[in-house]
Amino acid sequence: MQSHILSILLLTPLVGALVLLFAPKENKDAIRWIANIFALGGFLISLPLVPMFWAQRFEPGFKFLEGTQNNWIPSIGAGYNLGIDGISFLLIMLTTLLGWISILSSWTAIEIRVKEYYVWFLVLQTGMLGVFMALDFFLFFVFWEAMLVPMYLLIGIWGGPRKLYAAIKFFLYTLFGSVLMLLGILFLYFHHHTVTGVFTFGIPELYKTAPLIPFHYAIRLFVAFFIGFAIKVPMFPFHTWLPDAHVEAPTAGSVILAGVLLKMGTYGFVRFSLPFFPAVVSHPRVQSWMIGTSLVGIIYGALVSLMQKDMKRLVAYSSVSHLGFCTLGIFALNPLGLTGSVLQQINHGISTGALFLIVGILYERRHTREIAEYGGISTVMPVYATITMIMFLSSMGLPALNGFVGEFTILQGAFTANWRWAVWAAPGVVLAAAYLLWLYQRVFFGTVTNPKNEKLRDLTPREILTFVPLIIMALWIGLYPKPFFQILEQPVNQIVQTIRNNSNSNANAQVAPASSSRLKASN
Amino acid sequence: MLPMVELTIFALGILLIDLMVPREWKWINAAGAFVGVLMSAFCVWRIQSMLPPQGFIFGFHRSLLVDGFAIYFWYLFLAGTAIAILGSVHYLDVEDEHHGEYYALLLLSVVGMMCLAAGFDIVLLFIGLELMAISTYVLVGFLRRDRRSNEAALKYMLLGAFSSGIFAYGLSLFYGLSGGTNLRDIARAVSAPQNLHNPVVVIALLTTMTGLLFKIAAVPFHQWAPDAYEGAPTSITGFMSVAVKAAAWSLLLRILLAGLWPLRSIYVPVIVVVAIATMTGANFAALTQTNTKRLLAYSSIAHVGYMLLAFVAMGTSQPDSPGLSDGFKGILIYLLVYTFMNLGAFAVITSLRQRNVIGDEIDDMAGLYRRAPVEAVLMLLFLLSLAGIPPAAGFLGKYYIFLSLIESGHYGLASLGVLYSLFGLYYYLKIANAMLMRAPMETERLPVSLGMRCAVGVTALATIVIGVYPEPFIRGVNWSLGIVQSPRAAALR
Repeated sequence: MQSHILSILLLTPLVGALVLLFAPKENKDAIRWIANIFALGGFLISLPLVPMFWAQRFEPGFKFLEGTQNNWIPSIGAGYNLGIDGISFLLIMLTTLLGWISILSSWTAIEIRVKEYYVWFLVLQTGMLGVFMALDFFLFFVFWEAMLVPMYLLIGIWGGPRKLYAAIKFFLYTLFGSVLMLLGILFLYFHHHTVTGVFTFGIPELYKTAPLIPFHYAIRLFVAFFIGFAIKVPMFPFHTWLPDAHVEAPTAGSVILAGVLLKMGTYGFVRFSLPFFPAVVSHPRVQSWMIGTSLVGIIYGALVSLMQKDMKRLVAYSSVSHLGFCTLGIFALNPLGLTGSVLQQINHGISTGALFLIVGILYERRHTREIAEYGGISTVMPVYATITMIMFLSSMGLPALNGFVGEFTILQGAFTANWRWAVWAAPGVVLAAAYLLWLYQRVFFGTVTNPKNEKLRDLTPREILTFVPLIIMALWIGLYPKPFFQILEQPVNQIVQTIRNNSNSNANAQVAPASSSRLKASN
Repeated sequence: MLPMVELTIFALGILLIDLMVPREWKWINAAGAFVGVLMSAFCVWRIQSMLPPQGFIFGFHRSLLVDGFAIYFWYLFLAGTAIAILGSVHYLDVEDEHHGEYYALLLLSVVGMMCLAAGFDIVLLFIGLELMAISTYVLVGFLRRDRRSNEAALKYMLLGAFSSGIFAYGLSLFYGLSGGTNLRDIARAVSAPQNLHNPVVVIALLTTMTGLLFKIAAVPFHQWAPDAYEGAPTSITGFMSVAVKAAAWSLLLRILLAGLWPLRSIYVPVIVVVAIATMTGANFAALTQTNTKRLLAYSSIAHVGYMLLAFVAMGTSQPDSPGLSDGFKGILIYLLVYTFMNLGAFAVITSLRQRNVIGDEIDDMAGLYRRAPVEAVLMLLFLLSLAGIPPAAGFLGKYYIFLSLIESGHYGLASLGVLYSLFGLYYYLKIANAMLMRAPMETERLPVSLGMRCAVGVTALATIVIGVYPEPFIRGVNWSLGIVQSPRAAALR
């Protein structure tokens, strides 16, 4: 039986974009209503997925499969195949939630070219969902690249003063990664053909043959994929596009960029790099490089955050630090680290998404993000200050909120793998508390020094509404994370098993036949 | 021969009718040319249905070979010409140069192209080449009162004539070696063991290749292209960059694959060097251009570089490896998608030409979105397609080219190719930025003629359809190469 819930979910925003195309340009409120209805609809459609997925959370393999192997372009073996496991399920839920929230948050922020804005935003939403759903590498790549275009336009048209520069930088940087990845994909595709005689882009099929690639090729392929994903994450030396893109993007664009787009990189590591090149990732040399760059990212991102004068830039650099935790968990290569990493990706989406909304709200009122311009805001905007405090605490990893669970699990995983890694990563948590609390102190405490801040309006009901689901999620993950661990258990264990089965044979390309046959059974 | 005869009759007919119609009725010429192209396409279709499955027809003492390859290119030329005609009507009115000769020359150059795609005899090939080239020289200089156009035509003609001379010299040496003008005779002669290391063969090969590389505008024989593209009437620039280029490619493929395939160990290294030089030179030069026509001229040279990479993959593949057929398919599909996306981009640029605006600088693109939103968005589509971003069609071409390189083990060349495609993205985005993100210099809406709307619409539709559902087009290419079901066996005749 095929259920079409994934296709429906995938196409809802696209249909919304098409409907918007026919809406009258002048009637901005109608356009906003249509866009919000479709975004909320997308989120509501994704809700029934939760009980459906929950019922089969321990079953192996991908669920809600759609499409057959070659139903799209039979000549090259590409198909419209969708399917999710626990990892992509959580990321999809995050995407539908943040997509709705960002569209809701743009209501008053976007005043020019409103129609196009929402059209591109909904297209972007489809692209992001497609990346997490695709079980066909060709389809995946199409979504992966096509999604860059709306993001480029969102930054370039509705962005800040240096928008042209930021938009081109974002596009070029990420495309650089993805073209190298394309070569890697083509190699895997061709390798599958030489092994089995079949041309296919099916990811479950490629799982079986990719670990057979000889080590000296696999390492190059790993690098090609690594650059693609590391730019997206962004990991330490590849992060320079991120502050520019974040600072120039409109608020909702930053929310999506931090909340979802960055997760595509980490998702790529989990979904592709680890199971495709188990021998490479578990090679001690490679692993220590990966961990090393992650640790540098954690510390560097946090230190740079401390020094920022611009709130949005501060939050952007804090993303580098937080994503460093995610990659640290991934390359710890044990179930704890991986679970913590995926959970932390969700957490980062929730809390950093909220941080960008918070900065956006002040920016909308005062049109500046300079920290020095503010002070004593908590007396003017009490509700706003409370919500900000909750989200700051969540972001810095205070127990009982979501950030703690993710970071703690990652550190636990890193500690199990090598205690030194955990020791080096721990200062990141402390520094996060430092730069966030210091920011809070400078902006919210004290007396109102700047007369322009005296008459700031507190949050409107619509703005509060954008935070409510995020706070609920932060509390839920913080207080009762067990369901999330259960959802992640099966896919994470399977990935770790693949790595363990292949890691004994580092230098020679021999793979235990048991591993591929078990993979076959599970798919 | 039928489609060519039919086109020639229409070309001559237009010349006659042009004398009789008054100025206001000049569009009749365009309509006539358009009908001629459609009828010619119908003839091609008739011939296609007469073709035995996976077979071919020789005609005129084996000087003409009609096979899937020829028919594929014929369709391509006709499609490109039809769109170019649609985009020309209003433009020529604006330029005040509406003459029947324009369409007659356009059709005659298509006759030459068709001879190139189907010719199997070096005499016929050379006649086709000259027929195409001379018609194009005149078309480039068609704006008699524009100095840029005159200069471009003169430059193009002098260099073109020179390269044709070198090309003819090479062909004459092959004739001397083989004693025949048929490509099959030449193939037989050059595959003889004593000829493989014959210096005369090498000289003949290199001179022939010089002519071929000049025609496809590969570095270092590309110097004419930016000037000719910039100076030519914009509607002709689009036509030259797709149809004339596709014809030159069909000539190159016919001669190097059918005639000189035994010499591939000699010419493939040359092509590697030329491909790298082409990508490097064109991409670096394009970075600094401020004139859109010139920019797209360099970009079209860069695209030649990518296609040459696919040719390298073909030339170095084992006969039964998929790299061979995928490289071949890559070139054909690239030419197909390139025809639509590039013509679309040029159509938009053409529509910027107004009574008192030349409109070919990037600054003229500024704020195009305010002035003509549909055209601006479609231009974005063409630019992204040229940059190879899925799901636009350009990605499919890139996909096949890089796949064939991976399959034949050219990882270094493949990496170089993808890196240069980033350069491409940068200069395409320069145009996109101007269109969508800068404030317009003029605010009034851009009037776009009906014919231009059709041209832009058709090319945009093709760009999207080929990108999203390429299956029928891949099948078409497979059919034209005689690979119907099995992608493995590419039969080179």
